[in-house]
Amino acid sequence: MLDIQKLYLLVPLAPLGGAMIAGLLGWAIGRRAAHVVTILGMLVCLAASWLVYQDVMQGNTFNGPVYTWLVSGNINFFVGFLIDPLSATMMMVVSFVSLMVHIYTIGYMAEDPGYQRFFSYISLFTFSMLMLVMSNNFLQLFFGWEAVGLVSYLLIGFWYTRPTAIYANLKAFLVNRVGDFGFLLGIALILTYFGTLDYATVFAGSEKLAGNVIELLPGYSWSLMTVICILLFVGAMGKSAQFPLHVWLPDSMEGPTPISALIHAATMVTAGIFMVARMSPLFELSETALSFILVIGAITAFFMALVATVQYDIKRVIAYSTLSQLGYMTMALGASAYSAAIFHLFTHAFFKAVLFLGAGSVIIAMHHQQDMRKMGGLAKYMPITYLTMLIGAIANAGLPPFAGFFSKETIVDALHHATIPGAQFAYVLAVAGVFVGGFYSFRLMFYAFHGAERFADSHHPDVIAAELESQSDHDDHHDGHGKAHTPHESPMVVWLPLVLLAIPSIGAGWFIGTFVYGSYFGSTLTVSPSHTAMATLAEHFHGVTAMMAHATSTLPFWLAVAGAGCAWVLYVAYPTWPGVMRKELSVPVTILMEKYGLDRFNDWFFAGGARALGSGLWRVGDVAIIDGTLVNGAARVVSWFAALFRQLQSGYIYHYAFAMIIGALLLLTLAFISY
Amino acid sequence: MMHELPLLSLAIWLPIIAGIAVLLTGGDRDARVARVIALIGAVMGFVVTLPLYAGFDIHQRDFQFVEIKTWIETFGVYYHLGIDGISLLLILLNSLTTVIVVIAGWTVIQTRVAQYMAAFLVLSGLMNGVFAAQDALLFYVFFEATLIPMFIIIGVWGGPNRVYAALKFFLYTLMGSLLTLVALIYLYNAAGGSFAMRDLYQLALPFDLQVLVFMAFFVAFAVKVPMWPVHTWLPDAHVEAPTGGSVVLAAIMLKLGAYGFLRLSLPIVPDASIYLAPMMIGLSLIAVIYIGLVALVQSDMKKLIAYSSISHMGFVTMGIFLFNTQGVEGAIIQMISHGFVSGGLFLCVGVLYDQMHSRQISDYGGVAKRMPVFAALFMLFAMANSGLPGTSGFVGEFLVIMGATQVNFWFAFSAAITLIFGAAYTLWMYKRVVFGDVVNPQVDALVDVNAREFLALGLFAILVLVMGLWPQPFANLIHTSVSELLAHVSYSKLPLPAQ
Repeated sequence: MLDIQKLYLLVPLAPLGGAMIAGLLGWAIGRRAAHVVTILGMLVCLAASWLVYQDVMQGNTFNGPVYTWLVSGNINFFVGFLIDPLSATMMMVVSFVSLMVHIYTIGYMAEDPGYQRFFSYISLFTFSMLMLVMSNNFLQLFFGWEAVGLVSYLLIGFWYTRPTAIYANLKAFLVNRVGDFGFLLGIALILTYFGTLDYATVFAGSEKLAGNVIELLPGYSWSLMTVICILLFVGAMGKSAQFPLHVWLPDSMEGPTPISALIHAATMVTAGIFMVARMSPLFELSETALSFILVIGAITAFFMALVATVQYDIKRVIAYSTLSQLGYMTMALGASAYSAAIFHLFTHAFFKAVLFLGAGSVIIAMHHQQDMRKMGGLAKYMPITYLTMLIGAIANAGLPPFAGFFSKETIVDALHHATIPGAQFAYVLAVAGVFVGGFYSFRLMFYAFHGAERFADSHHPDVIAAELESQSDHDDHHDGHGKAHTPHESPMVVWLPLVLLAIPSIGAGWFIGTFVYGSYFGSTLTVSPSHTAMATLAEHFHGVTAMMAHATSTLPFWLAVAGAGCAWVLYVAYPTWPGVMRKELSVPVTILMEKYGLDRFNDWFFAGGARALGSGLWRVGDVAIIDGTLVNGAARVVSWFAALFRQLQSGYIYHYAFAMIIGALLLLTLAFISY
Repeated sequence: MMHELPLLSLAIWLPIIAGIAVLLTGGDRDARVARVIALIGAVMGFVVTLPLYAGFDIHQRDFQFVEIKTWIETFGVYYHLGIDGISLLLILLNSLTTVIVVIAGWTVIQTRVAQYMAAFLVLSGLMNGVFAAQDALLFYVFFEATLIPMFIIIGVWGGPNRVYAALKFFLYTLMGSLLTLVALIYLYNAAGGSFAMRDLYQLALPFDLQVLVFMAFFVAFAVKVPMWPVHTWLPDAHVEAPTGGSVVLAAIMLKLGAYGFLRLSLPIVPDASIYLAPMMIGLSLIAVIYIGLVALVQSDMKKLIAYSSISHMGFVTMGIFLFNTQGVEGAIIQMISHGFVSGGLFLCVGVLYDQMHSRQISDYGGVAKRMPVFAALFMLFAMANSGLPGTSGFVGEFLVIMGATQVNFWFAFSAAITLIFGAAYTLWMYKRVVFGDVVNPQVDALVDVNAREFLALGLFAILVLVMGLWPQPFANLIHTSVSELLAHVSYSKLPLPAQ
């Protein structure tokens, strides 16, 4: 056992070492050494994760401290690991996707002056994320939670001279902080009532406190578990970008594409999902919290998918798609289908990484053009990118036999069978979302890869001219020097990760039998016996082939197909129609283009409001009242003193020293006279 | 405890003597000599505090390294020194900060170098005196005496409006302290002619008098912390002070007030402290929220950091008056951490100011492009100021929020808002100064930190990280002292009510 425990340490420390070498010594060792050392770190990390994973599958779990962070009173705060099927799975996903992104970055960032810094950041991110998932206590969870937020902040603002990037990273950090605010209060309540932040102890004691109520407002008592769980979930809403704290994620696309894949799709944004699943023993004790989660997840899943349908920026389409998929995971959590949520997290990590990295490959080919209106017909120029992205898109749409089908279908079914209040609302939106998902996934593929080649003649007015006017575009900073070139396939360091990620995007779904319905998670995920949705599904599960066969007779499948069909009609068969529809349906389209006005509202109400309030408090409170009125009386004394001191102010230190001694003596005498 | 060397006296007088020695070098003709002597004095001042750390017994409940000598026999005033873990941490912080300040002022100060260095050395010794004094009058003398060098530092080497700021600082704090003297004299009489703190701790004062004494102390210490609404001297003082003055002011001087609450208010008048705790917590929360919002709209970097200091000190005063282990230990750790973080931030502003002669945020933008190393260090301090886990800024705030939840959920709720505000004002400033494109040609001409600046910032940076990743060694020093302190508050000095 000792050796395997050393491996636990190696998993996060290898990327940390790489990050430190590349970050602190990057200027000395050069570009090549920076990527060699970080990728080496990632290889060690992945290998160690794999060994740990194998060990866990043998039934060996671990829960123990690494070092004592702080002792205060009778409370011990540790840094420690909990290694079980859940954390081992997350470790595999994180280290695998991260390694792929590291390799991909060699190609994508090849010409960037911040090359070493970038590698340092993504390795640091991997370290933080691993510490988050391997934690055995709430403190370290919060550490990892904020640390991934920090790296996300640094990476969104990687191109720190671009105003949009540094607006987006500040926004991301602050919106996440709103979530963390709730999260920290939830942790504080846990510490207050359980006296510890250790997962195992808290979970073991949770049943006993299930009946407790707290009176937050005089006369109104709340179930303690409901308050704790909702506060914790507010944290998840920030990190996993759930409505209304989702606003930072689309803007985070200002960061370089590799991190959109790694952080803002495959791993970091799933931290909230992971956290709720980890806390299932607590969440199972509060039906109210689960209902809340269901509703939030449903709103996110459906309404964010709608926004994806009108975006032109290839990365933003995928970003809104990520929001929607996270919504599905959240709904699954609310329906007590934790294993389904983690399974969707697992499959989504692969196919969303493929989509983002593929989009990056397109962006390279288009010389940093991200606007799909200036693409089209790319399939024949970059076949590997096309095929791998197609796999990702089909998986994203939830069509069999690709990975996304199994996980999404399970979630929809679980919602159907769930008895928790709000489940039916969620079910309706989830099913409707399947249609939208099919549509936007294939819209992206058709728009970018099929149809007319619009990259060469984007100066000429054509069918999309009307659309061009209707929206400010999100052109990249390098735009403008690629008009004459023919796009071509990206180098191997770029397409190889695509292929390696496309494979699990096809096949990962086939593990559903053990993963969701088997004993894969053991006792890690707790489901209350009264929440029967997953148990019912398990009874009806008869293998993957039967599941696919059965799907063809269900509504979601045909809705996804219909969505894909609509995309074909609009973007392949009749490419003039979208322009017409935008004019005819200008009101709903504007609402979607404006993202429901949330960004405007937040900027006006929260950012503007805080500034106005601060300004008011300062000018009225500090300057006018305290200094103006209260210190005003003293001010006259001040001027009197000033006149006096002007004579004393000789600038010679011994005068002051003399005054100091006199003063001290004076004070002493004063003291003794009164005695 | 017997020691061959009177270590505490050394910690106090060595910097003061070094300061006098520096003064003796005279004017600016021998500036280099003055600097070298000052550095030697500061380093030695720090070195003599190391045996304090090494020899400190963390389980000892009594004060350690005690020295008692008669000062004024007829009045029963003693030169009585001794420290507990809380004092020890502050003395270490103070002595180290002095070294950093001397390094930071090395080339920046070109006029009256000897006087400048001397003022900081003397100030350092006096503040060690405050932290080591076990006689209330001695405490008071040191406490008041610290005003003078700081007054000089602001008034002589400060900005254009320095006289106003220095006077505001001086009068505000002096006015606060006079009532304390009255209270001390009263206590002296009540204790039968003793200023010894351990005698004052034993005094069983009636409730009304406890409240009076508390209020007298409160005025002095609240001004020093500073607590809302007696905080308006601090932004002015910071803006006008030279970089070194701002660093010492934020890192150490503000702690004198909080230390006064811990050393005098709580043990001497525990019933009044408990009775008035809601007021103290209320004022602290106003500091956290109101001042957090005010910090957001500042256009002057130093003013912004000054307001941020007030907001962060709100956590200190709040933690103290929660009367539980997490609260008080969090408050003390926050005091130390705030020393590193605000010290580092003021140094950062100083580095920019020395080259640009502007503190206005709007004059900057794109600094990262010209000063990448500086930008990285500045980022670390900015994140610590935002309370990011892994930096020292998180530890104290976290513990105080944990302690607050045990008392009242809404206290914790209000305090935790700093998570949002703290990040907002700090990172928004950082964004406007460091990120973005270079617009101002002066920014384009900036050069990155030199070795001396790197050393000064690096020392604080390492401390920020060490304390954030492993606060246990720091906390170990204060466990016994805090439990001793809480023992004072845990029983009432009032006679039991007649049944």
